[in-house]
Amino acid sequence: MRLQENTRLALYSVLEFAAQPGRRLSAAEIASRYDVSPHHLAKVLKRLRRAGILAAARGAGGGYRFVANPKRITLLEVISLFERIGPARVGPGARNAVERALEQVLAEIDETAKATFGSLTVNTMLKLVGRRAL
Amino acid sequence: MIHIKGIRKARGSDLRAIIEIDALISGVRKPAHWKEALRKYGGRSRQRFFLVAATQDGVRAYIIGEVRDWEFGSPSSGWVIDLAVHPRARLSGLATRLMDDLCRRLREAGVDKVRTLLARDNALVLAFFRSQGMMAAPLITLEKELG
Repeated sequence: MRLQENTRLALYSVLEFAAQPGRRLSAAEIASRYDVSPHHLAKVLKRLRRAGILAAARGAGGGYRFVANPKRITLLEVISLFERIGPARVGPGARNAVERALEQVLAEIDETAKATFGSLTVNTMLKLVGRRAL
Repeated sequence: MIHIKGIRKARGSDLRAIIEIDALISGVRKPAHWKEALRKYGGRSRQRFFLVAATQDGVRAYIIGEVRDWEFGSPSSGWVIDLAVHPRARLSGLATRLMDDLCRRLREAGVDKVRTLLARDNALVLAFFRSQGMMAAPLITLEKELG
């Protein structure tokens, strides 16, 4: 499955911030780590701040810090700020039996993706990152 | 504050608490089901386990697991059949302690993998198993209306 670029950037950022709670990070630092434009990333971080996941850090240099509960917030909550996953797309959009059948299969995939993202908290993802780093 | 006295095998005197925990979560009281579950999983079998978490307030959580050979074509593996924590005893580590104990017993029984199956919309329990390092298994569940 492929997530939109902004969504992936948001997930990378959330995991970077959550891995270093309390530490202030700037858009430029994260942008250089993932080789993306700081200007583009800044827009993503603003949206995360508006959602209460990050807070703007005071003082020289600015930046943000992680303020959400990593044991509670799931990947689905972050993804949902940027794009929609599921529920079933079957409905008026499907004009005939072939379209309806295909939509049903796509909806099945969406539901599975939604359940997967909804079951993974940021804390669990950080554990997974730690295991992958070993 | 929950004080965990220990993890031990379930016994007949725990049935009342187990039925109560399940009823609080599922909304249905199933005394006959739990009596049968205790008979099936609570014996001396080295492949079936029915464990409870005892606290200062009595039994507040339980887990059931077993070793299944060639289930869905897979070599012997451990399965978590059921896991529940009293709503007022959550976030106190009971489920993790039960899971750790069950996994230890499953390893001693000779398996190196543990699986479970649960509803896709059971976000709370799904998130717990994920936090324990469980990932999607190479299995897909299918169903059909028999109408």
